[in-house]
Amino acid sequence: MTKNNLIYLDYNATTPIRPEVIDLMTEVMKEGGNPSSVHAYGRKAKARLEAARASIAQAINCRPQMVIFTSGGTEANNMAVFSCGKKRLITTNAEHDSLRSVADRFNGEVDIMPVNEDGLIDFNELKQSLKKKSEHTVLSILYANNETGVLQDVPAIVEIAHAAGALVHIDAIQALGKVQIDFMGLGVDMMSISAHKIGGPQGVGALIARENLPIKSVILGGGQEVGRRGGTENIAGIAGFGLAASMIPASLEKMKSLAAWRDEMEEKLSRHAPGARFLGKNVSRLPNVSSIYMPDVSSETQVMNFDLDKICISAGSACSSGKVKASHVCLAMTGDEKIASSTIRMSLGWNSEYSDVGAFIASWKKQYDKKHA
Amino acid sequence: MTKSTLKLPIYLDYQATTPIDGRVLEAMMPYLTNDFGNPHSVEHSFGWKAEAAVEKARKQVAGMINAEQNEIIFTSGATESNNLAIKGVAFAHYPARNHIITVKTEHECVLASARALEKMGFDVTYMDVGPDGLIDTGELEAAITTKTSLVSVMTVNNEIGVIQNIKAIGAICRKKNVLFHTDAAQAVGKIPLDVVAMNIDVMSISGHKIYGPKGVGALYVKKGTPIIPLFDGGGQENGLRSGTLSPALCTGVGAACEVASVDMDKDMKHISNLSDRFLNNIKTALNSVSLNGSATERYPGNINLTFQGIKADLLIADLKDIAISTGSACSSAKHKPSYVLKALGLSKPEIDASVRIGIGRMTTQQEMDYAAEHIIRCVRNLS
Repeated sequence: MTKNNLIYLDYNATTPIRPEVIDLMTEVMKEGGNPSSVHAYGRKAKARLEAARASIAQAINCRPQMVIFTSGGTEANNMAVFSCGKKRLITTNAEHDSLRSVADRFNGEVDIMPVNEDGLIDFNELKQSLKKKSEHTVLSILYANNETGVLQDVPAIVEIAHAAGALVHIDAIQALGKVQIDFMGLGVDMMSISAHKIGGPQGVGALIARENLPIKSVILGGGQEVGRRGGTENIAGIAGFGLAASMIPASLEKMKSLAAWRDEMEEKLSRHAPGARFLGKNVSRLPNVSSIYMPDVSSETQVMNFDLDKICISAGSACSSGKVKASHVCLAMTGDEKIASSTIRMSLGWNSEYSDVGAFIASWKKQYDKKHA
Repeated sequence: MTKSTLKLPIYLDYQATTPIDGRVLEAMMPYLTNDFGNPHSVEHSFGWKAEAAVEKARKQVAGMINAEQNEIIFTSGATESNNLAIKGVAFAHYPARNHIITVKTEHECVLASARALEKMGFDVTYMDVGPDGLIDTGELEAAITTKTSLVSVMTVNNEIGVIQNIKAIGAICRKKNVLFHTDAAQAVGKIPLDVVAMNIDVMSISGHKIYGPKGVGALYVKKGTPIIPLFDGGGQENGLRSGTLSPALCTGVGAACEVASVDMDKDMKHISNLSDRFLNNIKTALNSVSLNGSATERYPGNINLTFQGIKADLLIADLKDIAISTGSACSSAKHKPSYVLKALGLSKPEIDASVRIGIGRMTTQQEMDYAAEHIIRCVRNLS
């Protein structure tokens, strides 16, 4: 996709909003109304809210009452871990910043499991960790890693965790819209999702939680969301989220092309630069993302050079504090500082075109050749 | 002048939420369409543009209340702002100071935050108000102890529109060396506020109460105020509020502040005129009607009336063309009697006979005349 004369290859940071979603949101913003009001304006807003809830429930196969709207994925992750009532947390060393800092502030025991070189959790280590206080434990992990796209084997993990009596929360923010998600089928207890990664707006997300859990937001107030999360709902944003969720089948269709383009790109770069590496390539991962190591060129330099070529990529997750840092995910997988500080992420999405990938390949090769001439 | 046809139903519930001002929506649109970047993406211009939008909005919000740009953080709304202000400040001072003071007529989310603190072992003083809805500042001063960390008093009440003496309260808090938070969701952009002159340390701001979008608010936190975050993540907003910011929503609240700064005098004059005329019509026609809360210390866009001897829910049901409410939107869905009116000393039958009529920037005289006429007729039928 070319917008403002730039090629946007950073869909895992945020996606452009689908035009249909913008139209709906504009309409809803003009309608007004507070869904807690009982008059006609309020009832209309309430109907918008419940329609979106139903649409999301359908897209991920859960019951509508399991959907608790939040201000985004970060709030959903916090809500899951802090309010599920467990005193012990198991997570990994390749998580998104949001879960990493939840772990830092968790009031109880925290076990951070290392991932292997493919970014996957070792089931034996998980079983080992679950030998302790397992019925008081919540396991909280990324379904799909935001940097590499590596997919954990969630059904297998759930089986192990549930056998030990632990709860499972997955952060499915990057996975949603890129692989088919079936909440009931996966068997997890809680799942975080976000609108702005699927062609919806920023500022809205949801926690999907089984009804028997004592979920409560840190944001208390007027009793919205059946008392689980206070605050007047972001109706326009939520309606946009609902519509974007209903378009997931189209997104999944597009992912087939994106996977082919991505694989072709990796193939071309490998042939050009035998030292190049693609993190998570050997295992099941998201179809739209590639985490690419370019030997001897720092991520920061690559980011600048891509920028000069009018290509937007990132050196990891967008949440970090304003400077390009070595990726902790790459470090967790490779144990190699050099690789971690020379890896960038390109990610495609609903509005990507084949030519975008071509431009990326040309710029990458040019940068590589300049260093290795 | 030809009279335009009246569009029904008439919206008179501006305290529950306000329509988005066209100028605000227009300002937001670029950030929903072309400039959709993640403001935390430091690597490319989509991110930079988004960040610039957020910073512009921050400046606009700060300008509205005489704060510094870096003293404003964005949140998902006033409920989150109030939760963060109250719990964040209380936690930051615990255990050296384990007491906070608030008022019985605060918004539900302030009281919920206070009750949550109580459950964790904090002491909370819930101050009474007089029949006018105002607190006694002498009583406030006496309630502050060496254990008090925070005083939280709302600027404009959401149910009855009374304006507390914020400047006097701020001065007392400064003198007693405690922090002062005010929930100004209903006040920002409507009456002049100055965090420096009023000695305000923390202030909650809403987007959708000031003709901006839902799902966004702000918190003013005076530089150096100890406060800890409600939730953790990417460390955005100086570590105080994690999560990807929405440049569209931030722009919405920023633009709403900008528009309100420009229009404040005009809005106030317009709303005061409508309010006076409406009250005059109602009082001339009906005997047993009374205005709740102070008649002088009030925001004129919020009219809470008791019609002795009638049932407000029947009145509201009869007024099919007019959207008004019995009180706060949060509790109206739950059909609980108003604790705010109770705090004023109203009896149960009086509370059940009360409605809130909210006037705003877009309200017309024609709408208000229609509302007055229909309310008078319905009240007469029900009496």
